[in-house]
Parts: sequence; structure tokens; C-alpha cells
Amino acid sequence: MKRGMLIGSLSVTDLSAPGTAAPGTKEKTARRRPVPFRGGSFRHRPIVFAGPLLFIAIFVLWEVGSRSGFIDAKALPAPSEALAALGDLVETGMLWRHLGASLSRLVTGWTIGTACGIAVGLAIGLFALARASLSPLVSALFPIPKIALLPLFVIWFGIGEGSKVATIVFGTFFPTVIATYGGVDNVDRTLIRMGQSFGLSWRSIVRKIILPGALPAILSGARISASIGIVLLVAAEMIGAEYGLGAYVLMAGSLFALDQLIAGVAMLSVIGLCVAWLIGRAERHLLDYRT
Amino acid sequence: MRREILSAAAHRLELIADKIGHRYGDTAVLSDISFRLGAGEIVAVIGPSGCGKSTLLRFLGGLERPTEGAVFVEGDAPSGSLNPITYVFQDFALLPWRTAAGNIALVLEDHKLSESERSAIVADVLARTKLTEFARAWPRQLSGGMKQRVAIARALSVRPQIMLMDEPLSALDSQTRAFLMDDLVDLWQRERFSACYVTHNLAEAVRLGHRIVVLSGRPGTIREVISVDVPLEERAAHVNELSAIEQRLWALLRDEARDADRELIGD
Repeated sequence: MKRGMLIGSLSVTDLSAPGTAAPGTKEKTARRRPVPFRGGSFRHRPIVFAGPLLFIAIFVLWEVGSRSGFIDAKALPAPSEALAALGDLVETGMLWRHLGASLSRLVTGWTIGTACGIAVGLAIGLFALARASLSPLVSALFPIPKIALLPLFVIWFGIGEGSKVATIVFGTFFPTVIATYGGVDNVDRTLIRMGQSFGLSWRSIVRKIILPGALPAILSGARISASIGIVLLVAAEMIGAEYGLGAYVLMAGSLFALDQLIAGVAMLSVIGLCVAWLIGRAERHLLDYRT
Repeated sequence: MRREILSAAAHRLELIADKIGHRYGDTAVLSDISFRLGAGEIVAVIGPSGCGKSTLLRFLGGLERPTEGAVFVEGDAPSGSLNPITYVFQDFALLPWRTAAGNIALVLEDHKLSESERSAIVADVLARTKLTEFARAWPRQLSGGMKQRVAIARALSVRPQIMLMDEPLSALDSQTRAFLMDDLVDLWQRERFSACYVTHNLAEAVRLGHRIVVLSGRPGTIREVISVDVPLEERAAHVNELSAIEQRLWALLRDEARDADRELIGD
């Protein structure tokens, strides 16, 4: 409506006035109409309730399906049964045991892997020799599934915590290296040149220009490596783990206790959500200059 | 004009370009450039695009080395000068993760200054560039003109003797440019820094340059050096004389500018 009115302030005769010799201009062809709107789409607007609503809808459908017998209880237990299994875990206090064991492995492994990854990534980004020697090595080792190396890790680091943490360390190390040196490569060269032109020391340029410049890339690398860490956690707990969500899920699976399996998997999802939320908070805090 | 410069000169730092030539692989970019940047003097360098103006400026401040010739300094910088040769960049080069004041503090942090000395310098240069109320603003909150003011304040904070300015006003709209040009004239009158001012804008060169070095197209050589004998502060009142010089510069550059426009970019 508004668009039509905007055009309405220009009369059609005004527009055609300069072309006095325009042949075949009749009153009827000069019908006034709004310009067709071709913008819109390809734009994001925040819809807050869509995410939770979809979750709820899936759970409701699932529950209704199970109760009506449409979904076979042997194939997939109802959400309420999984919830009951989770309730048992909380009651017996085993939830905290499993969660504690898993979280401590995840946090230790991810912290070591990320710290080493940032250090090596920086070295590759800063030194030609490191780049020439290490970056092919990283490319060669990154695609190896770390789960395949688990038996090796058991021999090297023992069947206890060592091998489990090592799996997560290796799994989170490589994506962090790649994210970090990609971030360093993308730091605006004019900023570095500015630092040099003012006679800043090498250390200052790295600490005050290159590191903060690479931080957005490092943080998005952390997002990916944390998810990889959770995936590897379950794999690492396959061998010789008494406690841990992975051990719990695997045990439930081998006993075909599907309600417990779903409960355990749900807990892993919740960990993933929490990690994503924490990294989101960190981004908002560390990159507050952007918004 | 000469007297105006000499009175400020004493034996301050001077910059000498001595037969500078440069080639990237087989392409000669610059050839046989020699000139002297006297104390308190502004030398504007103009030329068609791709003639190596910005490259020349990087040589003058030691950010890159020419393949032929050399750049020398003569005289002594006063002890208070923290960074005698200081750049102002076309795209401002402000750290987006530091506020205006933080960006200025950055270049002071590597010098032995107490916390209070440092913040006094920051406050002083912010005041001199009329930015005091924007001290805590992020670069993204500032207009282009304000960003370049912050960059100029940052340059002033290290008490430079020589400013190397690489198209400092080219990223700004014409109104802002006019304001900032006046500000630069004011600043020069107070500080009497010397400057090499690279630009492709003839009006800026004529307004700010004591001498104007006209470079030819690639490889850039000095075609002509034109002196503008009107004191900077009086130039606003001598529009006719200045536009005559501008016409002369344009006549010198026109053909080369057309050729440069039709070249592939490889700088």
C-alpha cells in the first residue's frame, strides 16, 4: 500500500512528458499499478519459540505414538520410559557418578587438546619453518579416526584415565590447530604493518594484534572441537570404563535396555547444549566489540 | 614560504630519498626517485594510479626495502620523540577490539612510561584532535572521519618528526575530507611536523603541499616538482592561484591517468 502511494505522487503524464514523440502512447496503456515487490526472503529474523516448540512437538508425537501402539515398544521406548530410567539414575545417585567421570575426562582432554592446538596453530601461523614442516603433518594426521588408535593409546597411556583423555586430546587438537592458523592467516595485514610502523615489539604484535585478530576463528574452532570431544568421549569409554555416560550407554545398548540408552544419549545431548551455550557466552564476552 | 619552514627547522630530522628504484620480478615499479623532505615541510606526492606512490611511502618509513637506492635520515630527533617517523594509513588501521583511547595507548605501551604519563598523553592527543568525548567509543561506532581523527591522534601521541601519510583522506566523503584538511592545516601550524603526503586528489595536494612531486606512470619517475608559494594558512583565500596550479597538475597527469586506467592491476 505504502509503495503504491509513493509512486502515486508522481503522475504518469509527468514521467512521459519528456518523450514527446513517443508513438502509440494511449491513455489506456498508461494504467497505474504498484511496482511488483521483488525483495524479501534470504533474510533471518529471530524466532525465539520455534526451537523449543519443535522439541516439544516431537516428544508429544513420540509419546502419543508409543501409547497408541503405533511405535513398537521393543523398537523405541516412549519418552516417559526414558524419563523414568533417568529418574532411577538420579535416585540411585549413579547419574552424578557417570556425569562426573565423563565431564572430568572431557574437560581435561579438551583443555589440553585446545591449549596445545592453539600453541601449534600459532607456531604454524607465525613461523615459516613450522608451517612448512608441521602443516603437512597435521593434514596427514587429522583425518585418522582417533577411535582406531584407541588400542594404541591403551598400550601407551594405560587402560585407565590416560587412554580416554588421550583420545579426546588428539581429537580436539587437530581441528584447533587448523582453526588457529587459519585465523592467524586472516588477520588484517595492514594492522600488523601498523604495529611495525609504530615500532611495537614482536611480542606485542603477537599478543595485542595477531591473537585477538585470530580469536573469532579460534572460538569457532572450539565449538567444533568440543562436539568432537563429546563424540570421542563415548568411544573412549568403550574400553575399560566402569563409570561414564559412554560406558552407561554402551552397557544399556548391549543389554537392550533401550529406555536407559535413550536416557544416556539425552544426557550427552544436554552436555552438548551446555557446551554450546558456554562458548556462546564466551564469544559474547570476548568479542563484545563487534556488536 | 621558505622562511616559514626555516624558522621551525633548527637541525631537526630530514628524510632523503636517494635514487630509489624498485621492481617486482620483471616489472619496474619505481625508477630513480630522489628528493629531500626538509624539516617542517609537507611534500605531496601525486601520480596516476599504480605508479608506486604507496610503495614509495613504505620505503621512506622502512617498512619495505627498495631494490635500488636507499632512504637516509639526517639530523637528530628530539629525545621526547617516541617514534620519529610515523605513518597515517588510508584505511585507518585501528584495532577493532580496542576503544579510541585503547588504540592510542597501544602504541605507547611498549615505551617506558608510567601509567599516569601514558594516560596524560592519550588525553592530550584526544583533546588536540577534538575527540575527548569519544575516548571510550569502539571503532565500529565512529564515522570514517572520526576513525581517521583517532588514527591521527595515535600518530601525534608518539611525537613524530616526520609523518608519512598514505592517502589519509581518500576513504572519506568530500565534506568530511574538507573538514579534516582544515584540521590538518591547523595541526601543522601548531606542531610543524614534516610530512610526505601521498594522494591522488589534486585539490588535497595543492591545499596541503609546500612542494608537489608529480610522478609519471609505471615505472614511476619524478616528472616535475612544483612549489606552491602560498603559506598553508592563507591558501583558503587564494582560490584562483591554487586552481591554476591544479589545472597545471591535471594537464601533466591527464594522459598518464588515462593509460593507467586501462592497465591490468598487479601492484
